Amino acid sequence: MSRPLRQVHLAAHFPGVNSTTVWTDPSSGSQIDFASFEHFARNAERGLFDYVFLAEGLRLREHKGRVHELDVLGRPNTLAVLAGLAAVTEHVGLVGTLSTTFNEPYELARQLATLDHLSGGRAGWNAVTSSDAFHGANFRRGGYLDHADRYERAGEFAALAKRLWDSWPDEGPRADPASGVFLDEGTPSRVRHTGAQFDVDALFDVPRSPQGRPVIVQAGDSADGRSFGAEHAEVIFSLHAEFADAQDFYRDVKGRLAERGRTEESLKILPAATFAIGDTAEEARERSREIALQQVRPETAIAYLEQIWNRDLSGYDADGPLPDVEPDTGSELTHGWANRHAAVRARVDRLRGIAEADRLSVRELVIRLTAQHTFVGTPGHIASEIDRYVQERATDGFTVVGHLTPHGLDEFAERVIPLLQERGSYRSGYEEGATLRDLLGLPSPVRGDVPAGAR
Amino acid sequence: MPEQVHVAVALEGAGWHPAAWRDPSARPRELVSPAYWRELLRTADDAAIAFATVEDALSLPVRGEAEPAPGHVGGRLDAVLVASFAAPLTRRIGLIPTVTTAHPEPFHVATGVQTLDHASRGRAGVRLVVGAPPAEVANFGRRSDAISGLPASGRVEDSPEVLAAFREAGEFADVLGRLWDSWQDDAIVRDVATGRYLDADRVHRIDFEGEFFSVTGASIVPRSPQGRPIVTALAHQSVPYRFAAEHADVVFVTPRSAADAAGIRTELDAAPRAAGTPLRVFADLLVLVEESRSEARAAKARLDALAGAPLASDARIVAGTPDDVVEEIRALAAAGVDGVRLRPARLPRDLLAIAERVVPRLNAADALLDAAADTLRGRLGLPRPESRYAREKALS
Ligand SMILES: Cc1cc2nc3c(=O)[nH]c(=O)nc-3n(C[C@H](O)[C@H](O)[C@H](O)COP(=O)(O)O)c2cc1C
Repeated sequence: MSRPLRQVHLAAHFPGVNSTTVWTDPSSGSQIDFASFEHFARNAERGLFDYVFLAEGLRLREHKGRVHELDVLGRPNTLAVLAGLAAVTEHVGLVGTLSTTFNEPYELARQLATLDHLSGGRAGWNAVTSSDAFHGANFRRGGYLDHADRYERAGEFAALAKRLWDSWPDEGPRADPASGVFLDEGTPSRVRHTGAQFDVDALFDVPRSPQGRPVIVQAGDSADGRSFGAEHAEVIFSLHAEFADAQDFYRDVKGRLAERGRTEESLKILPAATFAIGDTAEEARERSREIALQQVRPETAIAYLEQIWNRDLSGYDADGPLPDVEPDTGSELTHGWANRHAAVRARVDRLRGIAEADRLSVRELVIRLTAQHTFVGTPGHIASEIDRYVQERATDGFTVVGHLTPHGLDEFAERVIPLLQERGSYRSGYEEGATLRDLLGLPSPVRGDVPAGAR
Repeated sequence: MPEQVHVAVALEGAGWHPAAWRDPSARPRELVSPAYWRELLRTADDAAIAFATVEDALSLPVRGEAEPAPGHVGGRLDAVLVASFAAPLTRRIGLIPTVTTAHPEPFHVATGVQTLDHASRGRAGVRLVVGAPPAEVANFGRRSDAISGLPASGRVEDSPEVLAAFREAGEFADVLGRLWDSWQDDAIVRDVATGRYLDADRVHRIDFEGEFFSVTGASIVPRSPQGRPIVTALAHQSVPYRFAAEHADVVFVTPRSAADAAGIRTELDAAPRAAGTPLRVFADLLVLVEESRSEARAAKARLDALAGAPLASDARIVAGTPDDVVEEIRALAAAGVDGVRLRPARLPRDLLAIAERVVPRLNAADALLDAAADTLRGRLGLPRPESRYAREKALS
């Protein structure tokens, strides 16, 4: 008898505010209207996805004090959208990216517990640490947090949130009208925590939610990030989607679980992946190329280089060679884009090397730099690739990112999902009353497994 | 022509009577269930109620005590998220969650309420609550300036801490307004020919520097249907009246009588006001409704006995028939308030009574003010504000 197939897990990423999203396409809709999110989530539910996934915006991206004009900019508040989606969906999980640096544990824990109640146990939290003075400028605490302290705060934050969620009994308040006892004495239990980042003496005010604890997702990649993931995460949203690299990452992270008393099934790894579907391989390749050209228009390509060069390059031709001027490594930093001040010059040299070796124009180079992992091919090819990754333990599935709002995953759900079902590695329906934790095949949280001083 | 008023409701747990959860109609184990809030808000929506406030706090609902009293309701949901959940489930009603100004980030609150405004197509507001009681401060552990109550005089101006809390709340409201204005209505241009999604000149940093906050902005959310969602506050005396007049669109007051209401209205009208728009004054009434006065009195006495003390409230209590409630409302209308906010003593029972017995009677008496409008602002007869940054640019 053959071994049972490992099951594919899929998350649906709402296209965000970056050059992935093709707003110039005539079928592209609003990034803000709730109707877009509703369509997206309902389609994800038709495709039997595990969850829909929203990023978080804490500040508009800008360059030299001016906000980006060329890409989609602006998005709604993550938690508020997810609470609305809880009302119009029944089964699909609702996962939001929410910073540990610019929130407080008590407040965020109660918001997540609220979302878990409102959705009947479908809430998840992508705990990110994003912290710099640029984002901090919008918050009370400011940009005070050192890079090194981010994961200290994240660890204390997650541990404290778990203890708050655990502080109510499973059965909720007694609420016995006859005796007049609403809360038994000692309910909820008091949560005292004194650490480097937080010092609280808390009585949590949201009763135990359907999942006990919302699912914790994580997306950091540094050594600290991976430790945090191994300690707290139940899903990792990684950027490691090339097969060999994905397998290495998978082994590394899952290998860290045993020493923490965790099983392999207690953590799922779902890297981001985009796709381009065609009726033939050739058509799919053409489609992929078209999408890339829509994503990186000539003005987008020049603007991208301006981030790196830190100077006006508007006189240069996107279809020509890289600018021959040197970057401005002066004082002002570009923000909201993955730029590292110190390494600007080295980076420019490296880019020149790549462009010369492969004879790339500015636009071709930028397409290569911004490309995410993409499945390109017929629906059959994409389904078999996804399945191969999962059966061969490179991933547990994918976080699928479309390039259109809000219809970006419609075609994927219609054409790829049925083939995964045929292969026997994807669910054929939601189980009634399943929580997000159930959909992901995660174990139930063990109350009290968080030591008081835990990081 | 009779005086007309708006009718709003204030939703709190099992109701505003501390023993309401022991009423036979109560569903005390469902206070955190989606079905409970869906039903309450749909009932209010169907009844043509102008808006519902959703009460909240960042601690167990214990007033000034270190440990929760076993007989009191403990446990609730985040109000902004309850309102966001209700947005796609309702059609006309304004949704006004409560937010305290001492802990949350104004940036998060601004974007959350803007998102509620987008999702509800212009029906969002927020009720700001000033200050941080000790239980909240302990939950956050972030500040040392807990406020355990008013000074012995009962007057806000005699407490430097409370005055500071009002200044902080003023800044909080100011930051909300600026963030809401930070995108002009027409900032998204989607000009395929030039490749411009947005016109950067129509998105503005707020660069706010105050005593309590500094927030750079702009908001991450484009301008919402109402431009600025409705800001509301509850106020009982002069300093809060001035706070409300300066920063709010709607103020909830607690007159002891119709004459008192007229006096409050006069004081509010004299207070300095930043916005060029009128301030809407709503009188709060705590209502327990039965078909006869004796039944209402008996029901209240039963709950009082269960609670171990007669109901105490900052708002006037009306335990009576639907007609009694209508009479109270009409007297307040005659005294010059723009609306009433009814606090149901028991949920869902008194909300149903308001929806089925009180509102129709007001309507029949032509005493219900209900402008046909798409947004909450329009419904309250308030103009849609232009972004201050658009205005500044036009002037410069
Ligand atoms: C795939 C991926 C997606 C991320 N999405 C967000 C996001 O939406 N918002 C955010 O503030 N940070 C986001 N981050 C930032 C990370 O959560 C984390 O804070 C950052 O990568 C620094 O951690 P590290 O040094 O461990 O990588 C993302 C990171 C990754 C790898």
